[in-house]
Amino acid sequence: MAETTLGHADHTAPRPPGLRGFVADWSSDQRAFKGVSWGKAMMWIFLLSDTFIFGCFLLSYMTARMSTVVPWPNPSEVFALHLFGQDVPLILIAIMTFVLISSSGTMAMAVNFGYRRDRRKTAILMLLTAALGATFVGMQAFEWTKLISEGVRPWENPWGAAQFGSTFFMITGFHGTHVTIGVIFLLIVARKVWRGDYETGARGFFTSRRGQYESVEIMGLYWHFVDLVWVFIFAFFYLW
Amino acid sequence: MVDVTPHGADLIPPAEVGEMDLYHPHSWWTKYVFSQDAKVIAIQYSGTAMAIGLVALVLSWLMRLQLGFPGTFDFITPEAYYQFMTMHGMIMVIYLLTALFLGGFGNYLIPLMVGARDMVFPYVNMLSYWIYLVAVLVLVSSFFAPGGPTGAGWTLYPPQAITSGTPGGQDWGIILMLVSLILFIIGFTMGGLNYVVTVLQARTRGMTLMRMPLTVWGIFTATVMALLAFPALFVACVMMLFDRIIGSSFFMPAMVEMGEQSPHNGGSPIMFQHLFWFFGHPEVYIVALPAFGIVSDLISTHARKNIFGYRMMVWAIVGIGALSFVVWAHHMYVSGMHPYFGFFFATTTLIIAVPTAIKVYNWVLTLWRGDIHLTLPMLFALAFIVTFVNGGLTGLFLGNVVVDVPLSDTMFVVAHFHMVMGVAPIMVVFGAIYHWYPKIIGRMLNEAMGRFHFWVTFVGAYLIFFPMHYVGLVGVPRRYPELGDTAFIPPSVHTLNEFITIAALTVGFAQMVFLFNLFWSLRNGKDAGDNPWRATSLEWQTAGTPPPHGNFGKELPVVYRWAYDYSVPGAPEDFIPQNDPRPATQGGPA
Repeated sequence: MAETTLGHADHTAPRPPGLRGFVADWSSDQRAFKGVSWGKAMMWIFLLSDTFIFGCFLLSYMTARMSTVVPWPNPSEVFALHLFGQDVPLILIAIMTFVLISSSGTMAMAVNFGYRRDRRKTAILMLLTAALGATFVGMQAFEWTKLISEGVRPWENPWGAAQFGSTFFMITGFHGTHVTIGVIFLLIVARKVWRGDYETGARGFFTSRRGQYESVEIMGLYWHFVDLVWVFIFAFFYLW
Repeated sequence: MVDVTPHGADLIPPAEVGEMDLYHPHSWWTKYVFSQDAKVIAIQYSGTAMAIGLVALVLSWLMRLQLGFPGTFDFITPEAYYQFMTMHGMIMVIYLLTALFLGGFGNYLIPLMVGARDMVFPYVNMLSYWIYLVAVLVLVSSFFAPGGPTGAGWTLYPPQAITSGTPGGQDWGIILMLVSLILFIIGFTMGGLNYVVTVLQARTRGMTLMRMPLTVWGIFTATVMALLAFPALFVACVMMLFDRIIGSSFFMPAMVEMGEQSPHNGGSPIMFQHLFWFFGHPEVYIVALPAFGIVSDLISTHARKNIFGYRMMVWAIVGIGALSFVVWAHHMYVSGMHPYFGFFFATTTLIIAVPTAIKVYNWVLTLWRGDIHLTLPMLFALAFIVTFVNGGLTGLFLGNVVVDVPLSDTMFVVAHFHMVMGVAPIMVVFGAIYHWYPKIIGRMLNEAMGRFHFWVTFVGAYLIFFPMHYVGLVGVPRRYPELGDTAFIPPSVHTLNEFITIAALTVGFAQMVFLFNLFWSLRNGKDAGDNPWRATSLEWQTAGTPPPHGNFGKELPVVYRWAYDYSVPGAPEDFIPQNDPRPATQGGPA
């Protein structure tokens, strides 16, 4: 906005208490969320919408599981790996969860170094996050392969309700797609950080807008969300 | 509640939002086709929506021809009738009304009315339109696919939606429909995020939320609802697509089809109904809330009076939006769900009548002792109020479980929802087009053609849908292509059906006049000037008409007052633009 010479008024006037203050705060001039950039606000609202998608997926799964009249396969047995001569329940899922949660840690560090304008560390940590994410997707592919080889299909499985296979492939597949998209965007943003696009103000190829280091944080929001969703999938699908 | 900065220019807040990094087109393609300007995107959205809406209109004629004169037209087989009905419903609700209100009016009006240069992410906004276009093309392609489009009814209820007895169920029809819906939702989300963030974070100086025109409030709330409701439809579509293509059983119970055991087992059709209506009921208000908002502005402007109870109007919009998420199962009273469940949903449904009634009273009180100009937008606004009240009253019948059960699946329901979410919002669409066309094009729409269009549409809509209530009360079921000789249906119903068909074709003709008017007035309309309606809100105060790229001149406007300073006592003119800093007694247009 062009420089303004208009007078400044007193904006620190106390807000009224209670509900009125809440409303006054929200509806105040120009922005509802002070200090929040457009990109960040957009990501938050997108994640809210995405929450409803995963919420509907999980609720549908729970409905199917609770209303089925045939036995539901026992996740502890289905998702066990045969290691060192014994079945270890949920071991692969535990490792996958550990990997994904760790990637949230590296992502948070990347955001921190991004704000310190440490290009090299930011890019390396983002690449590490992407690598952990890719590892997660790889392990998921291994798990899918194992289950498919054991006869789990979207329409049937050897142990019980057919909805087990269909909900499993649908929900983990949809989550895996989110992780994969995240990995791709992590690589894109990491490359921009590495090249210093956010310092030279280079314009985006598609959007023709100048990027900012904030992109790292927005990327982080998405990544943490994908992790959080996994926690719910882990709890409701594997631990139930 | 008049929200005016008391001392004008002394109280200008500093700019919190930086100047927008606008994309400036440098070729014909980026200026008019792959444009990132919200105004161009709005026109693209509107044009596509109206084009596909025309298809749905023609389908409704074919349905009425069959119902009025059964057996006369050989090509309208029962299968074809179901296909026409399904596509008519889906196109009208999603691809016409939702796209037109949010993608069309939302894109055009939000940046202009809140004083922004464009949407916050023009590139994503552009993608939104192109994905919508692909969704429409996929939908249209189902007309040419083997087996034709789906005939499952617009609610797409399983199991029949994907079984062989339904047209398109085991062919391409249902697949293309589901894919098209999924694409629509993806595209809409891209646009919707833009609308919400633009309203929340990109307003001009002085434009607090409580100074926004109600149009923006309506579109904003509807968009938030759409972002939360469409996910349920998205999930339902994905799951049904899996059921259809890879043979899972989310919604499909074990059953015998054509004498053979179907491959499905253990799915729940009711689950689909819950998911569908968790989207479907908010969808009603996604269409209605922008209409509520727009009609408030039309009434206030053309009655030269401030809107009555602005703050209540805002709260009513938000309240209706919130409540509409807890009423969905009133579409499912006959699905066999628990009666206590029905009791809960009947209660919440009737509670919605409270904020809705507040809005109707406020519109009427705005008109009361106003300086009413019976311009075309005003006529359509009045028609909306009347029609909405009519449709709303039958909603009270259908919202109650005991009354709904006998009326369920009759033509009464068809009459109800056409009045309340078909005719009423489309009246606002027409009113809004007559109101804003002068800003979008710079010329007025032809008045004579407009009045013909209004009277035929308004009177005709009542001739169509009023008798339909009686047809339904007699017990004529909906979705039957032909009634045959049924003992409980008196001959008068057949006469009424012929009457309705003739009325429907007449109203259809009036829409052709309207479309002709849109094109004719492009060249031949009267020059509109910048502010033909002498309106206060920011879109009428732009640097030129149509507004240039970037909407406003070098400086964004600063807002000093709410959008409803009409006929302020003591003011020299009967309206004061929102960006006029002077006190009311000296204010008014320069």
